[in-house]
Amino acid sequence: MRRARRWLPGLLLVSPSIVAIGVFVYGLIFWNARVAVSGKHDEVTPPGFDGGKNFVDLWDQPSWPGAVRNALVFTAVFVAGALLLGAFLAFLMDKGVRAEASFRVVYLFPMAVSFIAAGVVWRWLLNPAPADRAVGLNQLFHDTGLGSLANTWWQHPDWGMAAMALPAIWQMSGYVMALYLAGFRGVPEELREAARVDGASEWKVYRYVVFPQLRPVTLSALIILGHISLKVFDLIMAIAGKQIITYVPAVAAYVEIFDRHDPANGATIATYLLLAVAVLVIPYLVWTIRSERAR
Amino acid sequence: MDDPFGAGPVSRAVRFGRPAVLLLFVALFLMPAYVLLVTSFKPLQEAGPATAWNLPDRWSVSGWTAAWDELRPGIVNSFQIAIPGAAVSAILGSMNGYVLSKWRFPGSDAVFTLFLFGMFIPYQAVMIPLAGLLTDMQIVGTIRGLILVHVVYGIPICTLIFRNYYVTIPDELIESARVDGAGMLRAYASVVLPLSAPAFAVTIIWQFTSIWNDFLFAVFLGAPDSWPVTVMLNNTAGSGAVAVQYNVQMASALLASLPTVLVYLLLGRFFMRGLMAGALKG
Repeated sequence: MRRARRWLPGLLLVSPSIVAIGVFVYGLIFWNARVAVSGKHDEVTPPGFDGGKNFVDLWDQPSWPGAVRNALVFTAVFVAGALLLGAFLAFLMDKGVRAEASFRVVYLFPMAVSFIAAGVVWRWLLNPAPADRAVGLNQLFHDTGLGSLANTWWQHPDWGMAAMALPAIWQMSGYVMALYLAGFRGVPEELREAARVDGASEWKVYRYVVFPQLRPVTLSALIILGHISLKVFDLIMAIAGKQIITYVPAVAAYVEIFDRHDPANGATIATYLLLAVAVLVIPYLVWTIRSERAR
Repeated sequence: MDDPFGAGPVSRAVRFGRPAVLLLFVALFLMPAYVLLVTSFKPLQEAGPATAWNLPDRWSVSGWTAAWDELRPGIVNSFQIAIPGAAVSAILGSMNGYVLSKWRFPGSDAVFTLFLFGMFIPYQAVMIPLAGLLTDMQIVGTIRGLILVHVVYGIPICTLIFRNYYVTIPDELIESARVDGAGMLRAYASVVLPLSAPAFAVTIIWQFTSIWNDFLFAVFLGAPDSWPVTVMLNNTAGSGAVAVQYNVQMASALLASLPTVLVYLLLGRFFMRGLMAGALKG
């Protein structure tokens, strides 16, 4: 009882948040899952249990496999692109360059901008019109003699989602740069010095001393980029709107629920999305909390 | 030798090459901003995709005045949602962070982990029931409803920021307050809160930015009266009703981004720290 008096007030202070998270996160996830396993394919049918049929049937829908494929292409290009570009920029800045602060300000500013606003201009930049009618990036290529680089960007049936990842890379690589820069600077100078004394070239210092120390940073960046990628919605809506060619699960859930008025399908897609994020994030959370406690 | 790359021709290339490559990326990163800016200052006849890269022949603010007239209600709504939303999130985050770092209870680590997962969930997975719940509460489509949603889903990141910040306050400070007879709330008010200003700055800026830039919640829980600027911008940009007024569109996009970009430029240090907190590192 004495001990309870020590911790009870704390629990009480957090309880409003526990209730809020309990209801709005876990309660609603549960509720959504119930809709997903119901036959509620329109808004009037009362929900009933259909034994998870939706999870199977979804794959027979003409648009769904394409949406999954689009999400995978987008994820691969976006995650690899933002990770490599961010790490590269941080690597260039690691030793310090003149006006470093200004460089950082520029690389990071896209994070302050919403995709809805950025989409207004990216829709122009990624306009597919060719040759004389070219606008945006295609026009820039055309005018600088790089006309062969011109392409149909996000409207390309196979590579469209790769082009769609460009604005996402633009927005997130500054963040990755910041993570890596902090990581680089966190490697003790003595470690690098010791390697140099042993005769390692500067490249080898990075290869064998600095980069291996950055595995946790890379892991964090991968998880964050990966879960953003699975959830991508604003970007697609701002640049392409609801079109089959850029259909991804996050957009599909919205379209099923609010345009096609099929709650069961929407909830099923949303559950798949949640599972994908959970598979990525839960091991990471457990690992982070454990390694922190071990410290 | 100060330059670890030595002084050979390779190192010289590296020394001059690095700033050059960095500058090239500055140009690439600023390209969209350049197109937005020059187009927004063109008169209507001149503003079109075909002349996107040219400076205006004639500078005009007509795009900006039209954008302001169109977006004003959305901007007012965005402020009405983002300011209280950020403030309440920060207060809750501070209380949670304090308890989870200094006044733990059995199972508090589990609670913290469960909170954190809420930071990552795709909101699509709560969309149907959330719309239903807010309808039952009769706050769907209202500013209050949007504030509530942003506060609730902001709890994880705010708790994380404060908890990581409070971990750095020595336990002895709390202990000595306890020895002096202070209870939990007393120690919070007299020891912890006075030290919390930087964490409040980080949290409020971070939340303000993400609430301002939100589109998903606003689009399915908002109504024309409560639409924030992101939804209004998307609606004006998407409607092909009349001939598209590109200068107005570009000015609108800039106008809608101005508050968060200003916050970033003026208070970038705190913005950065919020960013890093998102990576779970203290």
